[in-house]
Parts: sequence; structure tokens; C-alpha cells
Amino acid sequence: MNSDTLIDIDHVTFGYDASRTILNDVSLTFKRGKVTAILGGSGCGKTTLLRLIAGVHPVNSGRVVFDGETVDAANRDQLYRLRRRLGMLFQFGALFTDLTVFENVAFPLREHTSLSDTMIRDIVLMKLNAVGLRGAAQLRISEVSGGMARRIALARAIALDPELIMYDEPFAGLDPISMGVAANLIRKLNDATGSTSLIVSHDVQECFTIADYAYLMSSGGRVAAHGTPDELRDSADPEVRQFIRGEPDGPVRFHYPARALAEDLGMPG
Amino acid sequence: MTAMLQALGARTLRWLLSLGHAATFFVDLLRNVPTALRRFALVVAQVHAIGNRSLVIIVASGLAVGFVLALQMYYALVKYGAAESLGLVVNLSLVRELGPVVTALLFAGRAGTSLTAEIGLMKAGEQLAAMELMAIDPRARVLVPRFLGGIVAMPILALLFSTVGILGAYVVAVLLIGIDAGNFWSIQQSGVDIWRDVGNGIVKSSVFGVICTFVALYQGYETQATPEGVAYATTRTVVVSSLAVLGMDFILTALMFSTP
Amino acid sequence: MSKRGIETLVGLFVLLGILALVFIALKAANLASFGQRDGYMLQARFDNIGGLKVRAPVRSAGVVVGRVKSIKLDPKTFQGLVTMEIEQGLQFPRDSSAKILTSGLLGDQYIGLEAGGDDKNFAPGDTVTQTQSAVVLENLIGQFLFNKAADAGAANAPSPAPAAPASKK
Repeated sequence: MNSDTLIDIDHVTFGYDASRTILNDVSLTFKRGKVTAILGGSGCGKTTLLRLIAGVHPVNSGRVVFDGETVDAANRDQLYRLRRRLGMLFQFGALFTDLTVFENVAFPLREHTSLSDTMIRDIVLMKLNAVGLRGAAQLRISEVSGGMARRIALARAIALDPELIMYDEPFAGLDPISMGVAANLIRKLNDATGSTSLIVSHDVQECFTIADYAYLMSSGGRVAAHGTPDELRDSADPEVRQFIRGEPDGPVRFHYPARALAEDLGMPG
Repeated sequence: MTAMLQALGARTLRWLLSLGHAATFFVDLLRNVPTALRRFALVVAQVHAIGNRSLVIIVASGLAVGFVLALQMYYALVKYGAAESLGLVVNLSLVRELGPVVTALLFAGRAGTSLTAEIGLMKAGEQLAAMELMAIDPRARVLVPRFLGGIVAMPILALLFSTVGILGAYVVAVLLIGIDAGNFWSIQQSGVDIWRDVGNGIVKSSVFGVICTFVALYQGYETQATPEGVAYATTRTVVVSSLAVLGMDFILTALMFSTP
Repeated sequence: MSKRGIETLVGLFVLLGILALVFIALKAANLASFGQRDGYMLQARFDNIGGLKVRAPVRSAGVVVGRVKSIKLDPKTFQGLVTMEIEQGLQFPRDSSAKILTSGLLGDQYIGLEAGGDDKNFAPGDTVTQTQSAVVLENLIGQFLFNKAADAGAANAPSPAPAAPASKK
């Protein structure tokens, strides 16, 4: 086991039920201190990977190894211990709507530590400062915009200084400025804290600006390709090229399987 | 024919499955009570959200029911020359039955739906999942404080309903109709037993509190994370709570008041 | 809403509930007679206890002096055996009588204890020997009809009309 590797997905197969297999014998490794992107179309199992790492579901076969420890979804104590070392950023923030911005970021501190109120206050303000929202501390969640919500969720995710930060579609639905801000934050945080970052996204361009390594998932739950952003850009694999360049038709077909058009319209020939 | 039987069997199995699921949920709630009690401030906050916020409707309804009961009972009693017993009749009706039951029905409508919607929306917004991934058990942190809050609030609300109802009856009976105030109270005092009537009423409302709060939380927790899902869940909360309360009321009344 | 504010309001809420309970207990229920010191027991046998219930009051001169504790059937004499709890400190002469009376015309039944003239008083556990059973309405009506028939018979005997008693049915 390489001590360079924080997470090792080892030949994992997983499906929510017997009929649908989401991940098919996939193997990925995520190196410590690096920003790794997981790219792919919708339904490729990217978010499922994050859930498996966090131990939300047990794998059907194979294992998920977190810092040398195999993740056992049935072992509540182990899960809670591991989860304290990670922070997850949900797609829409998943902020607690009945609390203020400040209280949201303070939440993990209040629950897991017995720090004094003054210490908590200082830490929360520092985290909010890191994401540029220290002035918004007293706002209610209903008063913040989507981009701000993501940043607050990020501040909450890093409140306990986790070793691993997982981002689920951090760029989806953001305007160009907010996207730039988000990408910048992710990279800076990773470098400043020495933590490991996993980004699940389908925004290739934005990811490539900040990722050290990337995995491309294809439908059917396989790893289509992996490498550094440069390697993937230069790849000759048609599936990779279609995704990277955003071509409408290629190995991933444009048309949903159907009969010939002439047949459907009732025309001869 | 066989298709119908199959469908019936499948429905029964599904119903049994959901019953078992609900029972597991209930046991889970109970198991997390000690943890939740350690964060007493959360429970207090919930008693406020559930109890204090329901005060207006409970008190208003209690007053109205007291007025109406007094009027209606008067017309019936005066025929037998028993108008003096008006206070006693209203008191017993309220304290034994109407207090606990009507409060529970109102509670299901006001606090129950609010709980269901809140939990349902928290689930839809992934707030509960986020808590889980922060290694915080959402049941102990979110669900059980609300459970305890409902159980504490309900008997208090039922008592307030009965009290306000009796006072409302006093206004109608003594001030409007002209029944003697002294008799109004003394006949009640000799006819209402603190343990049998008031005590049983409190037991009833506690049981109803458990039922209504549990149903509300369960429906919210199990709802589909869509607008339609949440709407459906809130309706189900009111329907299931009301039916359960009325059914339980029958059983409890039979147990408690079968011997005169 | 601040934490202090919420706690205060909840405290008020709980206080309201307690006040409601106290109000009902004092003004609207029989709590006033609840905290009496334990009394002493007396027994009485009745041919018919009528509608007497447990916890019915025991009154003397109209004042409540105790409560009925239990009602059983005496298997030897086939009489109703009533146990009463009388307030400590109130003594009754040994020849006092216990009657089952009705409060009002159709009201609940209670035991009326009429003091006698004996020098000695009841000791705890004593049995009241002078008892009068409850008035059973059917017997009363039957008695009334019988008396009426007897009066009619006596009034009609000197007269020569023999059909008169038959019409009295």
C-alpha cells in the first residue's frame, strides 16, 4: 500500500439493486495532497463513488480503502470516525435552513468539539474569511444566492480541517465569475491546508484548470480513461475526445435508440 | 380471480412491510432519547416551536367549544330540571374526552403538518444526509428533540383546552344564562374525580401526543423528496394521526371508564 | 429569537399548563377533599344497597364525614357489606343508624349517618347495627298499588256493587 495514496477504490462493483449495476469493477486511486477530478456524463456513477467512499452504502464486491483502512458500511463507529476526517460539499449546499450562515459553519464545531464560544467564533469567522463571506455571517440562509450558498457550504465542510474534501458538482449552475471563484478556492484551499480534494463534475474546462489528475467515467460504470489534464487532452481515444471536446455525436450517441425515421413517419423505403 | 388474490396478497405484504418499517423507526427514536436529552436546549426549542406556537388555536378552540357545549347542554338539561348540573356535564365532557381528543386533532393539523413538511423538506434538501456525512446522527439531533417536544407539549395543551373550555362554559352558564355561580362550581367539585377523570384525561393526551408526533415525523422522514411527495405526506399525517387518535380514544375510554 | 427568550417562553408555557391543572384540581374537581388524614373504618350491612357506589359520600346532618371504601356481598347472610372510611376525630355513638338515601329525586345515593344517644362511641372496625336499606322504586310502586287496592276493597265492602274491585286493576 502506497502511503502516497489516500483513497484506493479496489475492483469495486456496486448497484442499488440487483437489476442496475452502477459501478462495474472499477479501480481508482486518489493521491494525498492532490486535486483529482472525476469526470463523466450523467448517470455514470460519479456521485455514487463519493457515497461509497463516505461509507453510505456497502459495496457489492471489491473494497474501498481510506488511508489504509477498509471502509465497512455496517460499522457505525468506524464510519463516524472516518467521516470526521472528511468534508463533503453537496451540489446545492445542503445548508441548514433554520440556522444563520454563522451557525451553519459553527455546526460541526459545536457538535464535535467542546471549544468555547469565543474560540468557535474566531474559527468560524476565519473559515468564512477564507471563502470571502465573513461579512455575511449574520444573514439567514434564505437571503443568500446560490453561489454564496456553495461557498458557505465549503466553509462548513472545512470547519474541522478535514484531510479529504469531496465536491459534488461544485460548478453546476454557476455564472462565470462564481465558477472562477469556486475553482480558485478549491485549489487554494487544497494547497494551503495540504488536504486531498476530489471533484465530481462534468465541467471539463474548469476542472482542468485546477486538477492534478483526472478520471473519466463512462456510462456502464467503467473507467474510460485517466491521466493528467494534458494527457487526456492529447488522448486519441474517441470516447475521451468526444467528452473533452463536447462533441454532440461520437461513441456516446446523439439519438436515443429508435426505428429508422422513414419507418416512424410511415414513408416507403 | 387469481390476479385479484395476488394483488390483495401483495398489498397485504406491502402493508406489513411498512408497518414493520414504522415500528423499527419508533424503536430507533426511543433508543436515541438519552442522547437527545443531553442536548436539552434542543428539546426546549422544540417545545417552543410545537407548544407555544399552537397556543392560539388551542385556546381559541377551547373557548369556542366551552361556549357551545354550555349552550347545547343547557337546552337538553333544562327539560329535566337539571340545569344546575351544566358545569358538571361540560367539565366531564371536556376533561375526559374533548380536551384530549380535540386537542390531538388540532395538534395533528397544525403541529403535525408543520413537522412533516419541515422534516420532508430537510430530507429533500439533503440536510439530513449532510448531517450524516458530518458524523452527526440526524435522528438524535433533529428527530428525537421534536418527538420529545411533542410529547411534552400535548398534555399541557389539552389541559389548557379543558380549562379554557370550563371558563367559557362559566361565562355562558353564569353570566349569560344566570345559573348560580356557587352551584356551578360546587357540583363540579363533587362530581369530578381528580384521578379518575382528570388523571385519565392526562394519560390520554400523553398517548395521543406520542401518536401524533410519531406519525408526523415518520411521514416526513419517509416522504419522496419532491413537492408532490411532501404535499402527500402532510395529508397523510393528518389522516393517519386523526384515525389513530380516534381509534386509541375508543380503546382507552373502554379501559378507563368502563365501570361507573 | 434568542436562546434566553425561547427558554423563558417555554417556561411560561409549562407554567400555564401547571396552573391549568391546579385550577381544575381545586375549582373543578374533588381535590379539596383529597388531602384528608386517613380515617377509621366502620362497617354496615344492608338488605339492599340500591345504587350505592364506591366513593359515595357518607353524610351526617348533610355534612360529608367520610366515603364508602368498598362494597361486598356477605356470603353468609347474603346482605350487602359496606365498609366506610370516617374522618379521624369524628366519633359517633354506638347506636347510630346508617340509612341509604338519595340526594334529590333522581340523584346519586349516599349513606346518611344519624347519631344515636349512647354514651360509648364506635371503635375502629365496628359494625353499625341499625341500618335501613335503600328504597327500591319497584317495591315502592308495588306497595303503593297494593295499598290503593286494599283501600278500595275496604271502601267498597259495605256497598252492594261487587264489580268495583275488578275495575281497580
